[in-house]
This record gives sequence, C-alpha cells and structure tokens, in this order.
Amino acid sequence: MAEPTFNVLWLQSGGCGGCSMSLLCADTGDFAAQLRQLGIHLLWHPSLSLATGEGALQVFQDCLEGRTPLHVLCIEGAVLRGPGGTGRFHLLAGTQQPMMDWVRRLSAVAHHVVAVGSCAAYGGISAGGSSPTDACGLQYEGDQCGGLLGATWRDPQGLPVVNVAGCPTHPGWVLETLAALADGAQPFGAEQLDSLGRPRAYCDQLARHGCARNEFYEYKASAEKPSDLGCLMEHMGCKGTQAHADCNIRLWNGEGSCARGGYACISCTEPGFEEPGHPFHQTPKVAGIPIGLPTDMHKAWFVALASLSKSATPGRVKRNATADHVVVAPMVRKTRLK
Amino acid sequence: MTRLLVGPFNRVEGDLEVRLEVDAGRVREAWVNAPMYRGFEQILQGKHPFDALVVVPRICGICSVTQSVAAARALAAACGVQAPPNGVWLTNLMLACENAADHLTHFYLFFMPDFTREVYAGRAWHAQAVQRFAPLAGEHAREALAVRQRWLQLMGTLGGKWPHTHSIAPGGSTRNLSAPERLRLGARVAELRSFLERVLYGAPLEEVATWGSETALTEWLERDPQQGDLRLFLHIAADLDLQALGRGPDRTLSYGAFADPKGRHAMAPGVWDGQQLHAVDFAQITEDARHAWPAEGAGPLHPARGLTEPDADKPGAYTWNKAPRLAGQVLETGALARQLAQGQPLLRALWQRSRGNVFTRVLARAMELAQLVLLAQDCLRAIVPGAPCCEEAHLPEAADAVGLCEAARGSLGHWLSIRGGRIASYQIVAPTGWNFSPRDHAGTPGALEAALVGAPVLAGERSPVAVQHIVRSFDPCMVCTVH
Repeated sequence: MAEPTFNVLWLQSGGCGGCSMSLLCADTGDFAAQLRQLGIHLLWHPSLSLATGEGALQVFQDCLEGRTPLHVLCIEGAVLRGPGGTGRFHLLAGTQQPMMDWVRRLSAVAHHVVAVGSCAAYGGISAGGSSPTDACGLQYEGDQCGGLLGATWRDPQGLPVVNVAGCPTHPGWVLETLAALADGAQPFGAEQLDSLGRPRAYCDQLARHGCARNEFYEYKASAEKPSDLGCLMEHMGCKGTQAHADCNIRLWNGEGSCARGGYACISCTEPGFEEPGHPFHQTPKVAGIPIGLPTDMHKAWFVALASLSKSATPGRVKRNATADHVVVAPMVRKTRLK
Repeated sequence: MTRLLVGPFNRVEGDLEVRLEVDAGRVREAWVNAPMYRGFEQILQGKHPFDALVVVPRICGICSVTQSVAAARALAAACGVQAPPNGVWLTNLMLACENAADHLTHFYLFFMPDFTREVYAGRAWHAQAVQRFAPLAGEHAREALAVRQRWLQLMGTLGGKWPHTHSIAPGGSTRNLSAPERLRLGARVAELRSFLERVLYGAPLEEVATWGSETALTEWLERDPQQGDLRLFLHIAADLDLQALGRGPDRTLSYGAFADPKGRHAMAPGVWDGQQLHAVDFAQITEDARHAWPAEGAGPLHPARGLTEPDADKPGAYTWNKAPRLAGQVLETGALARQLAQGQPLLRALWQRSRGNVFTRVLARAMELAQLVLLAQDCLRAIVPGAPCCEEAHLPEAADAVGLCEAARGSLGHWLSIRGGRIASYQIVAPTGWNFSPRDHAGTPGALEAALVGAPVLAGERSPVAVQHIVRSFDPCMVCTVH
C-alpha cells in the first residue's frame, strides 16, 4: 500500500480531550492500519505523536509556511476568547500565544477545517453557565453562525467548517468524515452537510432510530426513576425523538448508547445542548404534555396517539417499564397460521 | 544559566508547559504551568445539583468516570442515599475499567514511546523499544490500543458509552446487568488478562499483583529476562538509573478506593510518611492561589469555602492551577500512593530507599493494573442479576457534602454546597492539582517542580528527555487539574 498522503493535524483547544479518547475506541483491531487504509497521515496528535515542544511546533510551522500541505485541520475543544477578547484563558503551551490565534492562522492554510465535538463546533459544555471564558465554536456561537472564523469563512474548496458535533464524538463519525474528505474519487460537497454544518452521514438520523426501548415508547410506558426500563421521554428528559445522530444504530463501545445505558439522550449533537433551560434529568411539560414533541409530528396527533396507546399498554410492558430488569416475560405464542 | 520553555507537552492529557532554569547540565529550578482555564466551578454555580452528573464528566475525557463518581458520591451524601450492593459493584467495575484503561494507555501510548527517541539510539534496548513502542507503528503499542478498545466495551454495556456516561447515579447505577451480559463482560476481562500476561508481564496477574519483596521481583525478572514489556522497562530503568530520576515528596496521599457495600476499601485510604499510615485529615486540605491566576481571597482556603475567580493579570501568578496542600504540606498522589497506603511490601521497601521516582511510579502502576483486572473480575462475580441496582435520591434544599474518589492518577475530591435547591458552590481538587501544583505562599514548590530539580539536560536539548520521563511518570491530567 502506498504511504498515506492526506495530512491531518489535530489540536486541542478548550475541551476535555474526550473526543480524542473516544477516537481511540474506534472499532478496529489495528487503529494505525485503519488510518493507513483511509489514506490518512496524522501529522501530529496530542495523544499519539512522539514530537514534543520544539518538534511539535516545527510541524505547525511547516504547515503555516507551506512546506507541508495541511489537508485537514482538526480542532477539538471550544475557542476560549476571554478574558476581554485576549484569548489568554488558553495560551498554547510553549508559545505564550493565544490558542485562538493559532487556530485562526492554521485555518487559513488548511484545505479543510473539521470541528471535532460540540465544543469546537458550537461552544458546547465549555460555553455553559455564564460562559466564564467567552467560549465559542469555530464557526458558530451556539446556534448562531459566526464564532471564531465568521459566518462567511469558507475553505479553498468552498466548504464551511465541518461540524462533527457530539459530546463526545463517536469515533466512526470522525473517521468516516475524514475518509470522505480524503476520498479523491468522490469529492465532499456542501450538500453533504446539514443546516448546522454537521455531516448528514450520521445526522440524517434521529437518536431514537434503533432505540432498544421502542416498545415502551410505542405505549408511552414510561420510566419514572433512574434504572427503570421504560421510555425515558415522558419524565426523564430524553430527547432521542428530536436529536440528530445515529447512536442507536451505530452503537458505542460495542453495544452501548445513552438509552441503553439507562439514561436520557441530552441531544449533545445540537448547538446549545449544554443549557437546555431545564434540569437534564427532567422532561419539561406544559399541562402534563412534554414540550419537546417528536420531530415532524403534529401535537394533536401526538396527544391523541399517546392517550390511545397508554390505554392499550399491555400489562407486561407497563410493569417492566418501572422495573430495573424484566419482571414479566412476553407470553409464549404460536405464530404460525392457525 | 539558560532558560527553557518546554511545550506543547504531548502524551499527557491536556495542556502543559514547563519552564526550566538550567545550569551546568542540570535543572536548577522548575515552574509548572497549566495554561488552559475553562471555569467548570463557575459554570456549575446556580445549576440544578443533578446537572453536575452531566457537566462534571466533561471536565475530562480520560478520567470521565472518576469525575462522575466523585459527583455522584457528593450528591449521595447530600441526599442521604446509599446504593444497593449491585449499584456499588457496578460503579466499582466501571472505575476499575477506566483506571485499568488509563494505566494501559499510559504505559503503551504515553510513557514508553520516549525510549524510542534518537537520543537513545546507542542503547542495547533501543531497537526493541522502537519495534514495540514507536507511536502508531510499534507492534505492542498497536496491540495495546486494540486491546484497550475491546476492554472499554465494558463501558459500552455498563455505561452506554465512554467517555461521558450518565449511568453513575447518586443511588447506584441506572443500568442493571442481565445474566447473559454478565457472562459476556467476563469474556472482556479474560481478553485483557490474556494480553497482559502474555505481552506485558510474562507472568500470571496474581503473581504481579502481589509481589512481596525485591527478591520476588528479581526472581521474576531473571526467570525469563526477555519475556514481556515490563521486563524490558526494568532493563531500561536499570540502564538509565530511573530510580534516581524525579524524586517525589516525603508524603503520599490516597483517599482509598473500591469500597465494598460494607464500606471496606480494597485499596486503603491514608497518608504514608515512611513510618506510618495516617488517616487523611480532610479539614486540613487547602488550596493556595498565591501563584495561580485564580484570585487569592483571604489566603489558602479549604475547598468547602473555596473560591474560583479568574484574574489573568494577577502579579506573581504563572498557572491556572491552585496549589493543594494538606496541613501546608506537599503530597504526591497516584497509583504509588495507593499501593503505599495499602501496605504493598515491595513498593514500601523501594519507596523507603528512593521515594517516588520515575521507576517506582511506573512499577506501581504496572502492579496496580494487574490488581485492577482481578478486581474487575471480583466485581463481576459479585453482581446479582435481577437484584436492585439503584436507589432513588431526593435532594434537600440545602446541604454541604463531599465526594471522594481515586482516579488512575490519584485522589479526586468534589466539595458541593446546595442552597435553595441549587448549586451554591462546587470546588474540585484533582490529582494532578496535587502533583503539578505551583509554589504556595511559603514559596514551596509543588511535587513535580521539586522532582525536576537536578534532572540532567544534555547539550543542545530544548525539551530535555529526562524532564519528559519525570513529567510523564506522574501520568498527568491537566484538564482535570484546572477544570
């Protein structure tokens, strides 16, 4: 196989490093071989590279001065603009220069810029509360286009920042996005991004698709407390019917997803998820009806179907919904023609 | 006298910069800077207390579960709720999983690659180190990454995903384990065991976990000198005299780990001073912001009364990390500290002679990794499918509580105050906060700052390799440190 030539530089800004840690959970028996197979050459990554200090800075400088073509700049973590617009909440170690300046300069020479995770995309958890560091995303501040690079920024191919949103990101989302960008045969176009700059490859799904609690959802047989098996939408704050991601189809770390782990989807691929305006573990309601209805569903139909399905709930489903393990097994039936 | 500014420091978690004064080929003085501040303690203020369970794991992508556990324990104390046995075992299993993954990651991805550097090209072991540990190329580093990925599938099942699970609740786990799942996870434990026994130790886990003396270690080493990466590390350590590198302080700290449902710790808490194990006097913990950018307030403060107000123009400050002290003293925390508190005889003997250093820190972590896998196995055995895993927690309007936990890299504490049903104060003191603390108001350097003094600097080195060994021997996590 030829040496990979699609150069990726990965830097961490105002985040937790969790998207890098998640990346290393990619479903492969040989991570290095997978990168090679996708044609990706990692110029430098904080967790994976040998070069430290001046060695690392030389890699960045070579990109800035055009000695090394920078095909993709991956930024993980929010841009910390404070205090007072100086960027001093995050100086890149060894340089005494604000990280936001490095990001701006490197973005200007990159063929593509990928925001890895909701912090880099929209600000994310780092922009929570009073946003003490004045955190923003590369091209968004919450759901407002702008951010560090500005609404009109485009890469040389005409693409905006590619927002691989998620908290953390699924390793597949990141690797497949990089692979799509590296794919010379089928160029990556703006039509492959949704209205928030996220790859449609994983964001044209809803988190509820493939949810293992679907039978409970059907009958609005709801969990009432942590560890209950029932649907998490009615009481426990679950946004899986509205969140854009393929979490329950692709699955995480083998056989996981938030709902399978027993807790609500918090719509972490969405701008502003960090400040939902209600406690994360509670579903906000008006007159007993959840405010956040399933995407593309009319409220009147939802209410009508919910009340009908609640009346029709099988006893088994109802009892299991509020237990932490299956207490009533499905009845054994013959399914062949009678 | 020359000055060096070393950074960006990779293969540590988060941002780290080290400033050195070098004279006659030795580090004369060192200053450690955590150059990134996000303000989690400010972000949490005014939120619903249970929101901490979503926010705090996101302090750190590598110690995510330990952050969750510390928050859940603080909230459990506030609510007066106790997890049922299954909840305790499930939480312990996830903690063992994360800490073991971190130890594995540290050895193969963060620490050992430095021995592949050109500066060691003349050493007898260099070719072997390159073959095994070169980043993204070394055979064992690649295999370790694959094994890690499989091991963390435990987290997929137990916690939905890793990092950033929300399955750890004040009253236990939101996720029970079924009988077939329990068996499947057993297979994951077996996979890691197989890798470790074959590739890392060349010996059964039970043997490594319980080495009782230096004689036992030597006997293992000589039994098959070429077998396993830990033996290679021992050869390298002897050749480079890593026992003489990076001496730590005279006291170590552990909050205790893996309490069973009756509250008995598998790894004891305590402060070890070489003579005896003292109970941790939590009232004596302070954070000293004299040389840190957060505003100082009225001198060193107990975290229950702690302050976090950034002040980037503060004179004399050089890091975002406040300096934790216990009764005014510098402590080292981490796997070595846990082993010393537990009374591990081999490590106590080594520590008595040479304290914490690059060799003892890495050896302690390697031994603990074996213990953690055995512990995970015990947790799985103890879980009873069908028995309750979570107690419902009800928040009071006001409470003051603390949640303690041991991350891979040491002692983690969350100090929580609830007023009017909201978070009034949330203070976090993280393990690398202790280890990589700046000078305090007395001018006493932190553990790493002192450990770097005397480190050799070769001619022409701008990121001295000895400094890198010392820094990485602590397995620092800078995102937790400042938060």
